[in-house]
Parts: sequence; C-alpha cells; structure tokens
Amino acid sequence: MNALYIVCGLGLTALAAELFNARKILSILMVIGLAVAIGVTIPQLGTSISYFTNMVVIDNFSMAFSILIMTVTILWFWMAQDYFNSDLDHYTDRASLILFTVAGGMLMASFNNMAILFLGIEVLSLSLYTLAGSKRDSLASNEAAFKYFLMGSFATGFLLLGIALVYGATKSFDIQTIAVNVILNSSTLPAFFYVGVLLILVGLAFKISAVPFHFWAPDVYSGSPTSVTAFMSTVVKIAAVAAFVKVFSVCFSHIAPSWSFVLKIIMILTLAVPNLIAAAQDNVKRMLAYSSVGHVGYILLAFIAQPETSTSSIFYYLCAYSVASITAFAVLLQVEKSSSGTDIVHFNGLFKRNPLLAVGLTIALLSLAGIPPLAGFFGKYLVFIQAIDHGLISLTILAIVTSLMGAYYYFRVIIAMYLQEPAGDSLSVSASQKALIVILVALMFALAVLPDYLLGLF
Amino acid sequence: MLTTLLIFFPLAAALLIFVLKSKYSHVIALTAACAELIISAVAVYQFKTGGSELLRANYQWIAQIGLSYFVDMDGISLLLVLLTTGLVPFIILSSFGRSFSKPSTFYGLILVMQMALVGVFVAQDGLLFYLFWEVALIPIYFICLIWGGENRGKITFKFFVYTLAGSLLMLIALIYLYLHTPGVHSFDADALYAAGASLSYPEQSLIFWFLFAAFAVKMPVFPFHTWQPDTYSVAPTQGTMLLSGIMLKMGIYGVIRWLIPVVPAGVITWGLTAVLISVIGIIYASCIAIVQKDFKRLIAYSSIAHVGLIAAGLFTLSTTGLQGAMIQMISHGIVVVGMFFIIDVVYDRTKTTALANLGGIRNVAPQLATAFVIVLLGSVALPLTSGFIGEFLLINSVFQYHQWLGVAAGLTIILGAVYMLRTFQKSMSGETNSLTASFTDLTWNEKAVLYPLALLIILIGVYPAPILAISEPAVAKLLELYSPITAIR
Repeated sequence: MNALYIVCGLGLTALAAELFNARKILSILMVIGLAVAIGVTIPQLGTSISYFTNMVVIDNFSMAFSILIMTVTILWFWMAQDYFNSDLDHYTDRASLILFTVAGGMLMASFNNMAILFLGIEVLSLSLYTLAGSKRDSLASNEAAFKYFLMGSFATGFLLLGIALVYGATKSFDIQTIAVNVILNSSTLPAFFYVGVLLILVGLAFKISAVPFHFWAPDVYSGSPTSVTAFMSTVVKIAAVAAFVKVFSVCFSHIAPSWSFVLKIIMILTLAVPNLIAAAQDNVKRMLAYSSVGHVGYILLAFIAQPETSTSSIFYYLCAYSVASITAFAVLLQVEKSSSGTDIVHFNGLFKRNPLLAVGLTIALLSLAGIPPLAGFFGKYLVFIQAIDHGLISLTILAIVTSLMGAYYYFRVIIAMYLQEPAGDSLSVSASQKALIVILVALMFALAVLPDYLLGLF
Repeated sequence: MLTTLLIFFPLAAALLIFVLKSKYSHVIALTAACAELIISAVAVYQFKTGGSELLRANYQWIAQIGLSYFVDMDGISLLLVLLTTGLVPFIILSSFGRSFSKPSTFYGLILVMQMALVGVFVAQDGLLFYLFWEVALIPIYFICLIWGGENRGKITFKFFVYTLAGSLLMLIALIYLYLHTPGVHSFDADALYAAGASLSYPEQSLIFWFLFAAFAVKMPVFPFHTWQPDTYSVAPTQGTMLLSGIMLKMGIYGVIRWLIPVVPAGVITWGLTAVLISVIGIIYASCIAIVQKDFKRLIAYSSIAHVGLIAAGLFTLSTTGLQGAMIQMISHGIVVVGMFFIIDVVYDRTKTTALANLGGIRNVAPQLATAFVIVLLGSVALPLTSGFIGEFLLINSVFQYHQWLGVAAGLTIILGAVYMLRTFQKSMSGETNSLTASFTDLTWNEKAVLYPLALLIILIGVYPAPILAISEPAVAKLLELYSPITAIR
C-alpha cells in the first residue's frame, strides 16, 4: 500500500515541480521514487493485508504485478528521455500523467472490489487518453487520442453494465463475496448474471486488446508518440492482463464453462488475426502494435488451460514480453529520431550504422519470436506446457503456427538490418541509451537463466 | 566438469573475441579451437581410462519446469564431440587468407556455434538438448545472412523457418513426453524413455512423426531437404562446412539419442517407412547430383544422398547399421569439409563454381588435384578410405533389413562414382582454359587444411577399430531395448 501512496505522491510532486522550476531533476526524482516504492514493497512479499474495508487487498499477486509495472516504468523513463525533453512546457504534465497511469495500473492489480477495479481502469485510461494526444500538432496523435477515448469509453460502459448486472445477481461488489455467491447459488443464477459476465469479458477484452475488440489498438499505437506507444504496450498491458486474470480466476472460475467457449474463440482469433496482419506491415511501429496484440493470445491460451493456476506463467510471460518490447521500442526511438520514420526501410543496414542497436533489436525480436535461450522462449514454453497438460494440443499447434508467422515478420526487420545497404550515415547514440540497451539485453538473458524466483512468487 | 568446460570454453573465447575486436581475431579463434581440441582429447583419455564420472555434471536449473543442467558423454556423444572439436580448427584455418568484413563477429559466431554443437551432443536432459539445438541455429543463421552470397535473405530465411518449424514440433513431443514421465516430472533422458515406452501405440506413432520431422529437416532427409542445396550454395564456405560437416549430424544424433530409445513401438512400426523414404532420397539426390552444373550444388546433393544412407542404416535398428552410421558420420564430416574447401580454393582462384568453366586444373595445380583425388575416393567409398567402412556397414545393414531396399541403397556407390568422377574430369582434367591457366597451387594454410584431412581419410579407412571401439558399448546398450523384439523377427 505504501508503494501506491508513494506513486500517487510522486504524481502530485511532478505537478508541483512546475512551480519550483525543478524540471531538470524531475525524471531522476521519479525514477528514485519508483525505486523506493519497489524497495518498500519487496520486504512485504509473502504477506496479505486488506485496506479500506476490504476494498483493496495487497497480496503477492498485487505486489508482484505492481513491482513489474514500476520496474518497467523505471526502464521506460530511462528510455523516454527525449519524449520529455522534446517539449519542456509540458514536461511536468507528462511525468505526472505517467505516474497516475502507474497508480491506476497498480489499483487494477490490487482491487478486491469491482468499484476499485473501475476506479483503477478510469484513472489509468483518462491519463492515457491525454498522453496519446500529447503531440498536439500531429494529426495522427490527435486521431489516436480521440479514437482511444471513444473506444475506451465504450469498453468502460460495457464493463460498468456488466458489473451492475453481476451486482444484481450476487448483491455484492466484493469479488470474494461474488465468488462465494456464485459457488453457492450456481444452479439458481438468473440469466442476466451470465449476460453481466459476458459484458465484463467484453469490457476487459477491449482493455487487453483481444481480437475482435482490438480495432483501436493499431491506430492508437501507431498514432501516439512512440514513447507513449512503448508505455501502452508494456505497462498498460500488464495492468489490463492483471485485472482480467484476477476477475475471471477469482469470481467466475466456478462457472468457467459458460464463458470459456467465448474466450477460446477470442483467443484463437487473437492468435491468428494480428499475426497475419503484422506480416503485411511495412511500418515497424505498426508491426509491433499488431504483434503486441498477438502476444495477448498466448497469455489467453495459458489462462484458458488453467484459469486458477496459470498466474505464474502469465506473469513470467509478461516480464519476458515487456523487457523485449521496451528494448525494441528503445531502438525504434533512436531510429525514428535519426531517420524521421519507422518503416522497415529505415532499418536498412542498421548493423553497419550502429551494431549495438542492431544487435539489441535482434535479440529483442528473437525473444519476442520465442527463440531459446532468451526469456521469450521460456514464456512460450510455460504456456505450451500448461496447454498440453490440459489436452489443448490442437490449440498449441495453432499457437506454434502463429509463432512461425511471428518469426516471419520479426525476421523481415532482422534481414533488413543486416542485409540491406545502410539507409543513412552511422548513427550515434548517447551513452545512457547504450547502457540501457546493454542492461535490457542482459535482462533478457538473466530472465531466461533464473526464472525460478519469479515463478515462485505465486 | 570436463564436459562443462568443453561447452563453455568456446563461448568464453567467443565473448573475448567480440569484446576485443582485435585484428588478430582469427589467431585467437584458432588458438581457442586448438585448446578445445586438447580438452576433448583429455576427455577421450578419461573415457578410455574409466574416469567417465569426470565427464558427468548434473545440477537442477529451473525446478518448476523440470529443467536441469545434466550433461554426460557416452561413446556416441564422445565421437561426435570429437568430430566437432576436430573439424572446427580446420574450418577456422580454412578462412585464413580470405578477406571479409567484420572478422571478429565472424570468428565469434563460429565459436558460439561450436558451443551449441557440443552442448547438443552432450545434453542428457531433453529440454537442455532442445535449448542447445535451437541456440545452434542462431549463429549459423547470421553467418549465412551476413557473409552469404546472392539472394541470401530469402534463402537463409527459408532455412530458418524449416528448421524452426521442425524444432517446434519436437518441442511439443518433448513436452508431451515430459507430462507423462512417472513420478515427479522431469526431462531426464531416462525418465523420457520410460514415459515414451508407457505411451499407447497411436501416441507413440504421433510422437515418432513429430520428432522425426525435426530431425529429418536438419539432416535433411527427402522430402524435407528443399532448403538445403540453396543454403549450402549461398552460405560462405565456413558456414557450409559447419552446416554439412557438423550440423547435419545433429539430426542423426537426435535420431540415435532422442528418437530410437524414446518410442520403441513407434520406431518399429514406422521404421520401414523411414528406411524407404531415406532410400528414395539416396537415389533421388544422386540422380540430381549427376545433372548438376555447379560444383557446390553438386556436393550439396551428394550430401543428401550420403545422409539418406546413414538415416536408412539407423532405422534398421541393428548394430551394423548404428556402428556404420557412427563411422560414416565421422567420415562424411571429414570428406565434406575437405570437398567444400577444395571448392573454395577453386572459387578463390577462378571466381566461378560452374563446372563448364573449369578444366585442366591438374596441369597447373597438381597438389590440389592430388588432395581432391583422395577426398573424392573417400566420398565414393573406395576400400581403404574412411568412406568405405561406413558405407559397407550401412548397406550391409539395409540389405539384411530388406533385400530390395538394400540393393537400391547400394546404388549410391555406383551413382556416387558417376557424379564424382565426372566432376573430377570436368574440373581437373582436360585442357586449361583462360580462367584456370593462371591457377596457383595450394598455399601453406590451404595445405595445412587439406593434407591432414586427406591423411585422416586414409588412416580411418585403414584402421577404423579405435573409433568403432569407442561407440560400441553405447550402441549395444541402445539396442538392448530392442533385443526382445528383434529376436522375434
């Protein structure tokens, strides 16, 4: 809980920083603050305490996801220095919006009450709508913000109606009480309860951008400033998946047959459609957007196989995915900065222009494609093992086919980097970005070598 | 401990080369490869003198998913490790005197490749094997992509997707077996064998094909071979040597270690089919080799034919077949590396590998021609060369398994002689032309590669007993599993 206070406090500090003209140290301050928040959370692991009349419960689930969210945010701050420096007038607003998003995300991992879930989602989303449009003079950025806002409001509407219907049937917002009610009265639940469950499913599917509720994602991802896209496809995705997993594994796992069929179809589409479309993209940013939608499919596969015990695999998958994504976006940002575009042609000959960036991006893409011995492989492996253990062999084969499609479009970029003639002069990168890429690459290997600790958190 | 050193020493050397970016990268790489060869010689000594517990290491790595770092060497592993550590110095030496961009990356990748290959051959844990298997793909992919020839983007990508698809099928099979291991699940080889044997017959058949696909793509066996000729011709010489000399042995080794003992009922049922497609592959590839106009592609197809024979021998499940496969793997490794190096020398001087443009090289470069004759005789399996021992044992085993298939497999010797002698005629004999007139004979480092290889071909052909003795107990142990079944047949 202290971590949440610290993060909210940091958000307010960022707003106040404008008054004291403290922009220069703000990023550092945010990073230190987040590190402190992580530091106070880690000793708490293993405990479970409830707050606000049981509306928020800080247990291992919430702490693990919160730590992941904050760690990725730290890496993100490191990566996105240019985003802040590019518009000094809005330096502090952007920092505070990011921190409030993080706070919302942490609530989405810690709620024990549907009202808090809603609160968390709204805190997160409202900040994000603004961030998506933070490049005010860019048409694409405005379009992204508007689209995201419209679609997001729709999704929230669905979610809210679903929560209301479930409340009508179970007379509670508390997720534990809902779960108990569902188990006790499973035979006498009214039809509108199931409608409510499906509406919640749809609302959350919007948030995790599962197909066919993903239409906003590619446009929003490619329209927003690249740094914000990186933030959305990592931190926000982690929070949304945490909320999804918590709602469905705690409240509705007892009536899994009623929604698992729908979720299975959503999963199959989420695996197949974005991976197919990504293969046809010539813009790397958009390709990464589609691939990030596709990765949700693997998470859903693990979840469908074992709604209650898949949390550790999903968590690990998210860790591996976020680190690789941040790396890919860090390189993408540098390429975008030097060649003012993110098409595949802008990556031509990157190996000759800057070997470190090329090798970093290669390793990130290999990890996303699930090639051993990188973290992404172990993530996929955990998913497959869970799926096969529950007899979902045909779905596993589908997942493998889509992984191969993934390899196809990731390799298009890799081939361009090594094979084509350079698209420009050699590309120099600041020392801090170099250090960041080295650390991220080391993380991708470290996650693969020592996943024991992460898997043991749940 | 020794095995662990064998795996990670090349990796350490590779990292050193990456970091130093020295202009002496090639010397460092060669030194490291020679040191690795010495370590493997110590391993052989330990193995021979009963110190085999020194070769074993077993640590738990990731308990939750049953992965442990378990490496060990029996005779089969040892021979293949020896092949790897023995060939890599020659492969590195063969690049001396050739110029290419980013040499430090190049030599580093070769050593990373060596690490993965050794890992594949010594892993006793199914998932660890899979990890090394996949890791081996990365360096060779980049070697082909960065230093390859024309149209390499598409060709290397096809190679990558083929092998990746195969290995993902293998991953499913391994996970399936893992989930059926008795007691606490583990990827330990013995546990997986027990799991495989306990499966029902249809399950075993399915697992057989999943695993077979992965190994058949790697070898490659007809009809999974379509990536191979293009990749061999587009890869830089050292890449082709790694691919054909060592990497295809991963597929054969996979069959020996991770297919034959895993699903006995599946292997017995589908063994004949596997032998049949292997034999079809032999004849098919030999016929295509006969009509090839390009030297490098011709050797690529001949390699498919040779590997087809090895695969056929494996699935006969006999001591002769498996021992023949072991010695033929060694022999083929040496011969094919020598052969691709001769092509490289020819290409270095004439900038062409089209047979029509060559001819008369013997007149101007007698040393090269002599080395070529010896390597060629090894390839066509003339008695007293290494190729003869292997092919004889293999054809013998196929013949005992099925007479007509044996006869068909025997054609490989005749067809092999046809295309190899034709190649020699077209390239070495005849009159010199404008391209070959100024052909300079072998330089010191080229001699240092070709002469020892030629010597080995003859040595092994005259006295193969030490090699056969190393693998014999391991092969016998492997076939114990089948003795009740083969006795009935």
